[in-house]
Amino acid sequence: MTKHTIVALVEDKPGVLNHMASLFRRRGFNIESIAVGHSEVPHLSRMTLVVNGATTMVEQVRKQLDKLVDVVKVSDITGDKVIARELALIKVKATSSTRSEIMQIVDIFRANIVDVAPHSVTIEVTGDEEKINSLFNLLRSFGIKEIARTGRIAMTRGGSSPLLVEKKPPKSREKR
Amino acid sequence: MKMTGAQMICESLVREGVEVIFGILGGAILPLYDTLPQYPQLRHILVRHEQGAAHAADGYARATGKVGVCFATSGPGATNLVTGIANACLDSVPIVAITGQVARPFIGKDAFQEVDITGITLPITKHNYLVLDAASIPKIVKEAFYLARSGRPGPVLIDLPRDVQIEQAEFHYPSKVDLSRYKPTLQGHPVQIKKAAELINEAQRPVIIAGRGVTISGAYAELKELVEKAQVPVVTTLLGISCFPESHVLSYGMIGMHGMAYANLAVDAADLIIAIGMRFDDRATAKVSAFAPHAHIIHIDIDPAEIGKNVRVDIPIVGDVKAVFQELNKLIVSAKHIDWIRQLDGWRKEHPSTVIRDSEGLLPQYVVRQIYEVTKGEAIIVTGVGQNQMWAAQHYWYDKPNSFISSGGLGTMGFGLPAAIGAKVGCPESTVWCIDGDGGFQMTIQELATIVQEKVAVKIAILHNGYLGMVRQWQELFYEKRYVATPLSGPDYVKVAEAYGIPALRVKHNEEVVPAIEKAMAEPGPFLIDFVVEPEENVYPMVPPGAALAEVLEAPRKEKEALSDSAKLPVSNI
Repeated sequence: MTKHTIVALVEDKPGVLNHMASLFRRRGFNIESIAVGHSEVPHLSRMTLVVNGATTMVEQVRKQLDKLVDVVKVSDITGDKVIARELALIKVKATSSTRSEIMQIVDIFRANIVDVAPHSVTIEVTGDEEKINSLFNLLRSFGIKEIARTGRIAMTRGGSSPLLVEKKPPKSREKR
Repeated sequence: MKMTGAQMICESLVREGVEVIFGILGGAILPLYDTLPQYPQLRHILVRHEQGAAHAADGYARATGKVGVCFATSGPGATNLVTGIANACLDSVPIVAITGQVARPFIGKDAFQEVDITGITLPITKHNYLVLDAASIPKIVKEAFYLARSGRPGPVLIDLPRDVQIEQAEFHYPSKVDLSRYKPTLQGHPVQIKKAAELINEAQRPVIIAGRGVTISGAYAELKELVEKAQVPVVTTLLGISCFPESHVLSYGMIGMHGMAYANLAVDAADLIIAIGMRFDDRATAKVSAFAPHAHIIHIDIDPAEIGKNVRVDIPIVGDVKAVFQELNKLIVSAKHIDWIRQLDGWRKEHPSTVIRDSEGLLPQYVVRQIYEVTKGEAIIVTGVGQNQMWAAQHYWYDKPNSFISSGGLGTMGFGLPAAIGAKVGCPESTVWCIDGDGGFQMTIQELATIVQEKVAVKIAILHNGYLGMVRQWQELFYEKRYVATPLSGPDYVKVAEAYGIPALRVKHNEEVVPAIEKAMAEPGPFLIDFVVEPEENVYPMVPPGAALAEVLEAPRKEKEALSDSAKLPVSNI
């Protein structure tokens, strides 16, 4: 069982996300997180999936996604050199005595305090999963009130892109 | 040119070469139906349940190779199509289903006869569309047909709101489909093909497993060429039946749960499996971990997602079967596998899986065999599901390409009669026999009315044993004969047929069988025969659930003097 990162370009149409989620459910794929938003191509959304499973299962995830007409391109970038980031908002209990310690931890993690209330503080942090998990663990002892995470987005390093969409429509080889 | 949405649909269907539509109308699709008379090229066949429409479109598509079309109204009409759509999906059959939908302002408001049919059919269609403006109709229809018939065929649904059917817009039929991201791979990769050829040329005990992909691709000649050049024995899956002539010397029948013992033994002993247009379904492979334990596996299929899904594959080749074979055959050298074939022929003699035992009582296997004899193996056989399906697969020899139509993946009882209607409408010159059980037949019995209204000359054989036979067999073999909910009553089928206006006969004895079948064949129109058969007959051979393919249970061999079919058994001429 390993964590795989899959990126996909999909049509920006209502129902596509539903279709994909439905596919995962029925085939029993273990999806840890899905992050989706606009891509560099108009009318196409970019989706980043974190899938936990055996390599054969992940290969099926990729292939079954590829079959969906609304999925333009799918790529498993787990092996590649990848930049992976996630954003989290963490609401932590804070009293006047604990607040400064919390602020120190926030500084160390280069995170930001984005809200202050009489008994709590809301922290915004960006980074890879490990960083967010460590911050979360350190803040636990203070009492976590709420946490919202975006899930991983990822991009390969270097100039190329596995999701490059051809600008010209290809010559049709379809005879039937 | 300005047209209504309804006219655009009809115009687009005509341009896609549609000639027949099976359906039932309703309020939400009335504007479309009202437009049909303007297009006399489109023949509409009114069925009696939308499930029948979907299965008829399916049977039509399988028999003709064209895209089948069915219509239904919104709500219950659409949901009644679901079984038929799922059936087409699992067996890769190209159909386009057009459903009426409530007007756009009512969508999502639990309106009268509203249902989210696009949501419901998402997992069982290749793709589907909710049409939100009339101007997009031509593009959608063109895409729908393209998707249905290309790559791995499958069902596509178009949901058409009532007000869109009435809306007017400019009609432009696109000359090309703009689906740049959907590119089925047709040509196999040359490196893979070369590797496969090497394995084939070196193999000592090769076996070809041919599936429905061969039929879809029309690769009959190419398969035969490979088989004869390299002298490779051929077995088929259930859905592969009739893609290779069964009377051919190198044909060893069907594999799987109820396949021939010798076919299963061949797969088990092979050192090379060439799997063509099949998907290693669990009915065909039995216990996957014990499947072909000594063999390398070459898998040729147009759907990359099937490769490696169930079984580890050594040489995957993604592509259209015919196109791959055209390249592969160039690299195959002539070979003989005398010892291997001798071994297979030996197994065929030791395990005669298609021998029918002697019996005073009427045996369903005997009925199927006589249908084969009287039709001279030239009919199109459409089956139900269950024991009747297995006997039809085993005791009729299919030499004509694409002459066996059966619900394999979904195994839908009730498929037989409406699919036979579709097949006959599509191939009016062919004799079409529906071989069904009394259980499945009752599920779509209402389509007898369609046969009469549309004058469809389907011949119907009911293997009537008063049970849900296949389940009863399981209860006998694995549930200590506790026949829970399997004894099944039914009407007097002869009276029912006659009530519908169809001539019919009842047969209870061996000597009545051939005359009845001949009478049915002599009748120009439809005919029904109620064959009252031995009630507790079992389908053999059988690979019990959980067992490996080689662990075949054969018929108890008490009666050695059998209605032998040794005259029909092909003997090797090496």
